[in-house]
Amino acid sequence: MKQKTVAVVGAAETTEMGRIPDMSAIQLHADAALNALADAGLKPSDIDGVATAGTSPTELAYYLGITPTYADGTSVGGCSFMLHVRHAAAAINEGLCKTVLITHGESGRSRVGAGGFRGGGGNSSLPGQFEQPYGPVGPPSMFTIPVMRYLKTYNLTREDLAMVSVIQREWAAKNPRASFHDPITVDDVLSSRMIAYPFTMLMCCLVTDGGGALILTSADRAKDFPQKPIYVLGTGESVETPMVSQMEDFTSSKAFRVSGKKAFDEAGIKHGDVDHLMIYDAFAHLPLYGLEDLGFCKPGEAAAFIRERHTAIENAGKPGSLPLNTNGGGLSYMHSGMYGMYAMQESVRQLRGIAPAQVPNAKISISHGVGGMFAASGTIIWSNEAP
Amino acid sequence: MDRVLPQPTPETQEFWDGCKQGELRLQRCTDCSKPYFPPRPFCPVCGSRSVETFKATGKGKLWSYVINHRPRPDIGTEPHSIAVVMLDEGPKMMTNIVDCPQTPEALQLDMPVEVKFTDFGAQTLPLFKPA
Repeated sequence: MKQKTVAVVGAAETTEMGRIPDMSAIQLHADAALNALADAGLKPSDIDGVATAGTSPTELAYYLGITPTYADGTSVGGCSFMLHVRHAAAAINEGLCKTVLITHGESGRSRVGAGGFRGGGGNSSLPGQFEQPYGPVGPPSMFTIPVMRYLKTYNLTREDLAMVSVIQREWAAKNPRASFHDPITVDDVLSSRMIAYPFTMLMCCLVTDGGGALILTSADRAKDFPQKPIYVLGTGESVETPMVSQMEDFTSSKAFRVSGKKAFDEAGIKHGDVDHLMIYDAFAHLPLYGLEDLGFCKPGEAAAFIRERHTAIENAGKPGSLPLNTNGGGLSYMHSGMYGMYAMQESVRQLRGIAPAQVPNAKISISHGVGGMFAASGTIIWSNEAP
Repeated sequence: MDRVLPQPTPETQEFWDGCKQGELRLQRCTDCSKPYFPPRPFCPVCGSRSVETFKATGKGKLWSYVINHRPRPDIGTEPHSIAVVMLDEGPKMMTNIVDCPQTPEALQLDMPVEVKFTDFGAQTLPLFKPA
């Protein structure tokens, strides 16, 4: 897409976060949408484009009373919302619509009217035939399967995985809305309950309720909205395989590499230009793969990069050089099932300058998402500087 | 509780029939000759429909795994491996490593493994054991 032709003019999460037993999944979409509309100073009737995953764009539009000329139901897992931003930017530039609402809502914990993204599709699907018979129980025993190969290839240990959780908890401590605030150590992580060796509970994301919504419009119109526009600078997406066992390289995600490179190429920036980074962390290995596949670290060097506190809130008296997952991430902030929306919400907060753990003077942020289990990816590069 | 089993499709029936007959069947392209898995009636590398099925050696090495500490009821009650094997012919395949302790000490990456066809009634699964 063309740089800075489209911007976020409304962004919000659900009013509450964590445990929300009094709202169904579709109401979580709506609660976030109404908050984002208020943020943008808009009414539902001002929206002419809708995009969502977990529920259909039809249900979303109907529920909010929107009559769209553009509807996107792309559903490739937790990064679907990154793809929605990318597609919305193209649609706005092509004149298919003017103002797009993208929503997420999921009753991941309370399971009230729960839909949400579920892969698979019965025991005649490819995953149903060639993975499910061997006993995986959802992402904790699937998404984690490549990691032993990664650790052996780069001579790393479970302590390196644990350190990812430790550093992110430090960020979460600054975030009043985070599920967890108390500091943890590598030993705490390793001695927490074993889920699927080599992964313990504190290396796995939370299961919570929540939602979020974004409103995008053209950069020309964005200037007239109450909030500081956050411009889309570059975008990428890709998909690889619905079966983690069939990913080409167990030490690197092809979807990450393709999506990330495309976004960097579109944005025309270098890695050193990036002030803030969100990498969807469903499990502790995701930031390692993400840092390497996006090109911030060489293969095998992300664990040392994190251990040396380059992504941390503080490094030898100064902020880390590449603040990562500053809301606490899926590991400590929240994770309702499709976390990509929350990664983008934090990027927008950081670039608006209103994040609980604000990165000083952040100008360029990246939201990088995963869908399924290394199945899909979406990358959005944001800027708060006007075109 | 009965084991969750695959439901073959027309494209995969030959693979599952092979398991019942004690043969691990892979496919390869007769144009570019690269073996592949899971089964489909065309080559995922070059798109050619000229493909053939062949009997694989059933040997490979342990490529990666987890030890699932929350076993599904149809699998059992004890922690067990969910593994990916790199077959000697090249393709990767998910499986369980059986006939050895389900521990990190016993499950060493790159150790040689071989197929152990295991009958679960309606289907036979290609499990693997240390070779």
